[in-house]
Amino acid sequence: MKQITAVVKPFKLDDVKAALEVLGVQGLTVSEVQGFGRQRGHTEVYRGAEYTVDFVPKVRIDVVVSDDDVDKLVAAIVEAARTGKIGDGKVWVTPVEALVRVRTGERDSDAI
Amino acid sequence: MSHLLLASDLAVKYVPLPAKQIDTGATAWILTSSALVLLMTPALAFFYGGMVRAKHTLTMLLQNFATIGIVSVTWIVIGFTWAFSGDGKYLGDMHFVFLRHIGDEVPALGDFQLIPTMCFVAFQLTFAIITPALITGSTADRWRFGPFVAFVTIWSVVIYAPVAHWVFDGYGWLNRSLIEPGGHFFAQDFAGGTVVHINAGAAGLAMALILGKRKGWPKEQMRGHNIPFVLLGAGLLWFGWFGFNAGSELGADGVASAAWVNTNTATATALLGWLLAEKLRYGKSTALGAASGAVTGLVAITPCAGWVSPMGSIFIGFIAGFVCAFAISLKNRFGFDDSLDVVGVHFVGGWIGTLSVGFFSTKGTNSLGNDGILYGGGGHFGGWNLLLHQFLAAGAVTVFSFVGTAIIGLIINLVIKNRVPEDWEAEGLDTAMHGESAYDWGAVGTSGHFGTTTAGAPAKEGALA
Repeated sequence: MKQITAVVKPFKLDDVKAALEVLGVQGLTVSEVQGFGRQRGHTEVYRGAEYTVDFVPKVRIDVVVSDDDVDKLVAAIVEAARTGKIGDGKVWVTPVEALVRVRTGERDSDAI
Repeated sequence: MSHLLLASDLAVKYVPLPAKQIDTGATAWILTSSALVLLMTPALAFFYGGMVRAKHTLTMLLQNFATIGIVSVTWIVIGFTWAFSGDGKYLGDMHFVFLRHIGDEVPALGDFQLIPTMCFVAFQLTFAIITPALITGSTADRWRFGPFVAFVTIWSVVIYAPVAHWVFDGYGWLNRSLIEPGGHFFAQDFAGGTVVHINAGAAGLAMALILGKRKGWPKEQMRGHNIPFVLLGAGLLWFGWFGFNAGSELGADGVASAAWVNTNTATATALLGWLLAEKLRYGKSTALGAASGAVTGLVAITPCAGWVSPMGSIFIGFIAGFVCAFAISLKNRFGFDDSLDVVGVHFVGGWIGTLSVGFFSTKGTNSLGNDGILYGGGGHFGGWNLLLHQFLAAGAVTVFSFVGTAIIGLIINLVIKNRVPEDWEAEGLDTAMHGESAYDWGAVGTSGHFGTTTAGAPAKEGALA
């Protein structure tokens, strides 16, 4: 099992979710996050005082999948999230040791 | 509030207000205006509340609401009589203490009093409330609640009531219209450019200096957390201000109508002036700038409202909006933390408005006034003399308010520190000082479990706020 984590532009969330559903993904977790990469923040002016907003809002998607599906799902996310402009985000994959479905107690691949 | 009766007698005579002198139209309008002006303090709470950081929101709102509570009492006990009784130059007497003898005329109004004295109490109360409330903008995020309550209690009696007497009462030394109708010293402050705005601005500066800078200012970013609140507050202030300015005629007539139109006109052009200044300085006009400009226009037209023409108001508002958009940077140059720009908006705007009377006042709007410099004012007390009187009145209120406020603030400091401890400031005053928070931040709090409840148990003993 692997966990795919994608940090993408907020308005791309629906496209990514649709692309994953087409490939059979049955659940995922979404969180609102902030950060910076090569895309920097912006400045705002309030009553003459300049404020630098360093962190850009992004959406983070976490989904746990079986090893076989990782490559095509990562490709699907990248495809769906890309605009070609700076700030499109990142996708990374980490190993998962164990997984339990809370309601039934099913474990690992049965719980995906 | 001026009137021309020659009162040569030395001792003031109190007489019951004749029932037939009461004008029901005027009374209805002033009672309505009183309600309008009272709304301005909650409006101010939101105007300021949106400009502070989220963790201090309730502290700001509470300071403003508490001021309504405090001054509503001090005014009827002692404030009103000190402001509006007797014939003293500097202070009223005790005739109306506890609102005794309230069936009597206000001596300075005499034959010009068209409303019951109790109605006048109500109207002036709302001014006495909002003036100390304005100070909370310059002292945001660092004043302990207990000392704040003590401050407003003392200030509303010792500073506000005398200044109101000086300027608003016909016997006051800055408003000698009653004693010397041939006209000597007569500063024209229609609705409180000096009494309310310069007074609050100078006091705000004094307390900002006594309290010191907010922790982290000016390096740390402290942008307001809710600009829509600021615009909501500004809109409600604009609405309430029609009672403030048009109501200050103390009648329902042509001058009140002119004050209404002048108020709206100057507010509109100040809004535009501020937006233009921002565009020139930063390349962008902002919503916060629109709200700030509107309030600046309301401030500047306050002393002018019943004296100037709508065309004059166009200039007064625009100048105030444009200049104050730059004046808010004074605090950065001189390094005082006037957190929400009470000095830049109310003090500077109040001065601009008070001096504008000297240029724009016209008998065409109000025959009781004098012609200003731009209307060919000459004679004893029009033209340049009027401008001089305006300058002296503004200066006198500035000095008295700044020094008096500093003394009050420093005395309170000896008894209990005004300034909150540093860790309260970091945590947020809402939770540290009042044990509540403005916003419920999300799923962890709202999904049903918010920690353990101790309903019925006494609250945890907090530090003495």
